[in-house]
Amino acid sequence: MAKRVGIEVSVAIGEVVTMTNTDVIAAYPITPQTHIVEHLAKLVADGELDAEYIPVESEHSALSACLGAAAAGARTFTATAGQGLELMHEVLYIASSMQLPVVMAVANRALSAPLSVWGDHSDAMAVRDTGWIQIFTENGQEVVDNILCAFRIAEDRGVLLPVMVHLDGFHLSHVIEPILLPEQSEVDAFLPPNDYPLPLDPAKPVTMGDFGPPFIYTEVKWAQEVNLRKSMETILKCWGEFDRIFKRCYHPVECYRSEDAEVLLLTMGSFSETAMTAIDQMRQQGKNIGLIKLRLWRPFPFDEIRSAVRDAEVLIVLDRALSFGGPGGPVASEIRSALYNEDKRPKIVSFVGGLGGRDITVSGFSEMVNRGIEISKTGSKHEFEIFGARE
Amino acid sequence: MGKKSIDVGLDLPLKIRARHAIHEVRPVTIKENFAPGNRSCIGCAEALAVRLTCKALGDNVIIAMATGCMEIVSSQLPYTSWEVPWIHTLFENTAAVASGIEAGLEAMVRKGRIPARETKIVAMAGDGGTADIGLQALSGALERGHNFLYICFDNEAYMNTGVQRSSSTPYGASTTTSPAGKVSIGQITPKKDMLGIVAAHNIPYIATACPSYPFDLMDKVAKAAAVKGPAYVHILSVCPVGWRSPSELSVRIGRLAVETGIFPLYEIENGKYKMSLSLPKLKPVYDYMRLQGRFRHLSEDTIKQIQQRVTEEYQKLVAKAEG
Repeated sequence: MAKRVGIEVSVAIGEVVTMTNTDVIAAYPITPQTHIVEHLAKLVADGELDAEYIPVESEHSALSACLGAAAAGARTFTATAGQGLELMHEVLYIASSMQLPVVMAVANRALSAPLSVWGDHSDAMAVRDTGWIQIFTENGQEVVDNILCAFRIAEDRGVLLPVMVHLDGFHLSHVIEPILLPEQSEVDAFLPPNDYPLPLDPAKPVTMGDFGPPFIYTEVKWAQEVNLRKSMETILKCWGEFDRIFKRCYHPVECYRSEDAEVLLLTMGSFSETAMTAIDQMRQQGKNIGLIKLRLWRPFPFDEIRSAVRDAEVLIVLDRALSFGGPGGPVASEIRSALYNEDKRPKIVSFVGGLGGRDITVSGFSEMVNRGIEISKTGSKHEFEIFGARE
Repeated sequence: MGKKSIDVGLDLPLKIRARHAIHEVRPVTIKENFAPGNRSCIGCAEALAVRLTCKALGDNVIIAMATGCMEIVSSQLPYTSWEVPWIHTLFENTAAVASGIEAGLEAMVRKGRIPARETKIVAMAGDGGTADIGLQALSGALERGHNFLYICFDNEAYMNTGVQRSSSTPYGASTTTSPAGKVSIGQITPKKDMLGIVAAHNIPYIATACPSYPFDLMDKVAKAAAVKGPAYVHILSVCPVGWRSPSELSVRIGRLAVETGIFPLYEIENGKYKMSLSLPKLKPVYDYMRLQGRFRHLSEDTIKQIQQRVTEEYQKLVAKAEG
């Protein structure tokens, strides 16, 4: 049986990556991801994880080294945050386009300037079009579980796509939580060895990363899109299998007290935990309200979102990122477009808040919901409202 | 006739024979791992350099290549010119990709997941991909001591994008972003000393080569590939398009680059410098420059100035080798 331990989430990531018997870790330190790669370096130094640890000179090289390792057929892991993810930006496209199944933990962090090491989702949203599978988590257990799932999904022969597991910087990366760490035998039963088809091998030469002129580029990109959408089946199957072995179940969209709710709040990541407490309080006060938690950001769960919010009157979406000069929050914007052609859909109110590590408390969520209900009735001249900003 | 010609010169003093050993013709493999029919330009000495390099490397190799001329000419979908495993990802990260391949193989061999084959990992990039945009990744990989060979194919500008200057473009050369004009001689900075930069990483083996000296090039690549640890070979590659030189003169111009002392052939083995070719008297730089349109605008005074710098630099290098 798995044992429950009090452990820092970053350290727990190191422990579970060790159980996957990862071959290569290439990483560059950046707050708030550092504890993950520090712990992995220590595990390698102590001989507890038999892997090559490449202490690269930048995040660009971290992911580039992962490309090489994955192309050679090695199980590959890295972690980053904020500016590091931005420095990786062009490399992210290569990993997905070349079907290199790298797994990466992203300790979500705000983007400079001004410099902020604290958490929000600006980094994750900036890379939403890079073709990676992106999974958001709300507590340490979910992080550990989904790191394990990420390897299985990424390396699946029918997928072969890189996966990011998002955990909020500090709010998750640095907290000590009671976490059920799996047994090695459970991991072995759940995660088959990496068997990358056609790796770089002199016995069977392959050419990878060709040059694609206009006559073929569109077809290549369309195939990539079809593959990413199709990965949904494997993701669902993986979570189902995970549930069978570990008795914890994950869904692309998760609902909390949302049955018959007239008003729904939608959150991603660790703030969902606070939001649930707020929902409980508001339910006690007789408000007919529920919470929708968006776990899978890419591929976007269109059907699941549509059916989860269809019957509500109002959907209040919290984004922890800004799309400057645009629709405000990327999540609200995508949900709007997912619902636009539906006959029955809630009114959508968009808030942006929790930027650069700013907390949103239980009473903060109540305030946001009340304001959201007000906006849904009176309308707003703004595309979105910023939450909690001083004038 | 054939038999006699082999004997010619055998009666010459050993010292003279040693001096000319670099020209000695030997049988080499007829296998082309960089296949003919690629899209390189007529007279491309870089394609020749890659071809010779591949002969020296053999089959047990994995190549990571940067974006650039050689990548474009060899990998257009749905074709490939590569008979060995080859990967291209981006422009500036080739040394990092090579690091990852090496680490991946190392871990998988250690765990018994793949057989131990001692496969050589080779990174290839142009001068832009090496001296400019890829310098950080290269420095990182050299410093970390990966067991890999990095080869820079230096044609002295961004030829693939239309002859823009790089830090490896020589002083006085006219390019599209360092054009010669009424108030400019073209490139106003001297060529970046990549060998000096690499040497500062104290790696076991460094060499310069030029496909105009094919056997020397193949020897050095083979030697570099046999090194355990990082090795670096810098190959001057004449580009008729960018240098505005007659395509049939690429081999001769490469020879002149060496014979004028502009691009000396040498090795740095465990810190020890060794000249590959003894040149008692350097040819004038003018002999080299006059064949290339990129230098055509230069005044006699500028050429004199270049001559002086080349002579000084060459003497310094010889002194290092003799010291």
